[in-house]
Amino acid sequence: MKALSFIAIGALFSTGLVLSGMTQPERIIGFLDVSGDFDPTLLWVMVGAVLTHGISYRWIMKRPSPFFAPSFEIPENKPLDARLIVGSALFGVGWGLAGYCPGPALTSVFTFDTETLTFVAGMILGMVLFAARQLARGRPPHAAVSSWAQADSRSHCSPT
Amino acid sequence: MIPSSSFLLPLAGGVLIGLSATLLLALHGRVAGISGILGSAISTTVAPKERRWRLEFLLGLAGAGALLRLLVPEQFSSSPASSLLVVGLAGALVGFGTRLGSGCTSGHGVCGISRLSLRSMVATLTFIAFGALTVFLVKQLGGAA
Repeated sequence: MKALSFIAIGALFSTGLVLSGMTQPERIIGFLDVSGDFDPTLLWVMVGAVLTHGISYRWIMKRPSPFFAPSFEIPENKPLDARLIVGSALFGVGWGLAGYCPGPALTSVFTFDTETLTFVAGMILGMVLFAARQLARGRPPHAAVSSWAQADSRSHCSPT
Repeated sequence: MIPSSSFLLPLAGGVLIGLSATLLLALHGRVAGISGILGSAISTTVAPKERRWRLEFLLGLAGAGALLRLLVPEQFSSSPASSLLVVGLAGALVGFGTRLGSGCTSGHGVCGISRLSLRSMVATLTFIAFGALTVFLVKQLGGAA
């Protein structure tokens, strides 16, 4: 049952990406082309997604815990740091070059289009390089999350 | 064929993405950040149980994408970048950058901004600014990269 739920939630996500045209990289490049033929599609997608989740987030977090898990795993609210800025800048350069970010690229992966496969292979290589760099520095390769559950369960360990 | 000028479809697509993020958080307590989900799904240091749900999510994502490609092929296109070398390099920058910056368009742009996270707002403005700068420079250098 849980597996089906994760599959369905993933399918819903990519259906939203496909319907909104995010699997057309030229639309992303059009959005980023502020000095030329600007394409506002991505902006509308963001508005729809943030309005929906911005409202639902407040409602969800009133619950002591998720429906099928012991606690919420929300990214830690750390101060701004160089890692965030440099990482986002590198991502932006790659995004502008190819017109793909991770969601639309993975949604398109089973088209077996050479360019999409090349992008996804490069993306996985980039992630492996990052994990190798973290391990070489003696740090965990994944980002920190804080387990968040109300009342007495707050002190308990997350299932991570 | 879906008209490119309409804002209703992108808005509706965005609502579906927001609903997906809503269900993942409300049911399972997880954030729908695709780069983080992929990064942990392929990491050997993540416990099998923690990798499993991520692989299931990604299977649903890519599987529905494959089905939709058959139903609405006009919604899919290839990267306009000029060479496979550029596409591969772009992929590597996206993979490394999203892990270093702890998120992408979904994790920071949708989920983080929905939480009103300052880090996510700054990250989103940063990748849009650098994306726009890249597109501008590519145009200055004469067409597609």
